[in-house]
Amino acid sequence: MATNKFATPRRRSSFSSLNLRKREIITGYLFLTPWIIGFVAFVSGPMIASAILSFTNYDMVNVGKFVGFDNYSFIFTRDELFWPSLLRTFRYAVIVVPMSLTGSLLAALLLNQGLKGTTVYRTLYFLPHLTPIVASVMLWGWFFDPNIGLFNHVIRSITGIAELPGWFRDPSWAMPALIIMSMWGAVGGNNMLIFLAGLQGVPQEMYEAASIDGAGTWAKFRNVTIPLLSPTIFFCLVLGVIGALRVFTAAFIATGGGPAYATYFYALHIYNKAFRYFEMGYASALSWIFFFITLVFTLIQFRASAKWVFYAGEVR
Amino acid sequence: MAQNVQVGQSMRSVGVGQVKYRSARARRRAGRALLYAIAITSGIIFMLPFAWALFSSFKSPSDLMRYPPTLFPRVWQPQNYATVFEMVTFARWIGNTLFIAVTATLGAVLSASLVGFSFARFRYPGRDLIFMATLSTMMLPSEVTLIPLYIGFAKLGWLDSYKPLIIPSFFGGGAFLIFMMRQFFMTIPLDLDEAARIDGASYLRIYWQIVMPLSVPALATAAVLTFIGHWDNFMGPFIFLNSKEKYTLAVGVRFFASLPDPDGLPKQHLMMASSLMMTFPIIMLFFVAQRFFVRGIVMTGIKG
Repeated sequence: MATNKFATPRRRSSFSSLNLRKREIITGYLFLTPWIIGFVAFVSGPMIASAILSFTNYDMVNVGKFVGFDNYSFIFTRDELFWPSLLRTFRYAVIVVPMSLTGSLLAALLLNQGLKGTTVYRTLYFLPHLTPIVASVMLWGWFFDPNIGLFNHVIRSITGIAELPGWFRDPSWAMPALIIMSMWGAVGGNNMLIFLAGLQGVPQEMYEAASIDGAGTWAKFRNVTIPLLSPTIFFCLVLGVIGALRVFTAAFIATGGGPAYATYFYALHIYNKAFRYFEMGYASALSWIFFFITLVFTLIQFRASAKWVFYAGEVR
Repeated sequence: MAQNVQVGQSMRSVGVGQVKYRSARARRRAGRALLYAIAITSGIIFMLPFAWALFSSFKSPSDLMRYPPTLFPRVWQPQNYATVFEMVTFARWIGNTLFIAVTATLGAVLSASLVGFSFARFRYPGRDLIFMATLSTMMLPSEVTLIPLYIGFAKLGWLDSYKPLIIPSFFGGGAFLIFMMRQFFMTIPLDLDEAARIDGASYLRIYWQIVMPLSVPALATAAVLTFIGHWDNFMGPFIFLNSKEKYTLAVGVRFFASLPDPDGLPKQHLMMASSLMMTFPIIMLFFVAQRFFVRGIVMTGIKG
């Protein structure tokens, strides 16, 4: 201990002779080091590697050969699963994103009414979101069981319809089943909590001022709540679109992409090419196309956001 | 409160429609009642699949196949839960999942706090550029990096080990955690640092003895969210692990659905029991750490 006490200042003497500013810069980079390594090793490095791989036919066994744009041209012209899986993914996102955002917003509005037992409702709505996705697929697979599941039984006893969908086992109903299941987890999930915090942050005076100006309930919602909440909605929308386009685990476990490719989404196509057939070059091309698509969607949304997202501090 | 009533009116006018009430008070009361009805009904609908799973997990196979189905078991079979442990290495899977989630969370929170400290407390060339680059990785779909990472881990001989699931966490813990730590550190007054510096404290000491102890709520939030992320993660363990005894719960539970049943009886009661056992710790964690949890999620929306 005693030696340590004397050794420390000596060891640091060359360092402390640097001026304060230089020391700050060096120490700042030192604290940043884990992330610089992480960024290079797990983000930018792999991205570059994947871009290079996408021009090869590497398959984990043979040495990959450079094939130019062959992978890409094959994807766009001859891959029979590419366009259908991409369009299916779009269709899923177009339904799921607006539905879950609207649902979350309505749930947040409901929880913001000052009802008795609000924390209980909030917890009940949120629990589905906490359920691990694998567990919720198991739950819903059984809940949706066409013959002895509770879902069809309840519908049958209410409506009296004998012929009910087979849900996950039915090509035309597997997608709706998946959507219902994701709604269950999404409506009361993170977005609801984020919206709720946003609603509670709206200054009371704004509503009072609007009332004095003669605004009704809808006018206040439309002209006060929505604009003030719009940055939050925008944020949830951008991440929601990316999340919906990436849909994988639920479909992979519930149906494996079936029946008859009914839930074969783009991410499942990447997965199959990469980890079932080990066509790593081809799958890398697929994933770069996917990255490009999500980028375009995000940019479009940022562009469009100038028209509807309101930032309180912004000069117009 | 006034705002609550206002928004309440919008919902009320939708539900009650053309019904005319004589007094505004009666109308308000009816609207309130409708809101309660909606709130409670939604709660029941959200809980229904849970209830069905819970009661199914106590049923016997013959009970499961009965038509029409009943919510409650005819005979309660709590031993279903023990059967899960006998049929598969469930205890081992719990241990694996805990081990991965705990070590990865530790690494992620520790390294994210170092990096967040760097972004929050130092001025150096390129800082803001690196920070923007960090934030933009949040929008990067992991599909793009997964394939080269898999190849890299295979070359390192890391497949079928926990290394690919744990070691990356020690290098920053991802953009979101870094962002969260930075935002929290920025709220801690700089005066504290300066006072410590005058007393001769090193940066490392300021980080460890001043900033970190003051950041326990943020660290707890980060830890809870990361832990749950690893507990739930399916894709990673599914791709990187091959041996059945190394599985995590997310990968293992699935195998009840595809388990061969020599006696031809359904296994749904075991599937439900194992799924609920996987869900239960997360729900407990939520109730214990609810405060941190909600704050962490809300923080994601702030930067929007």
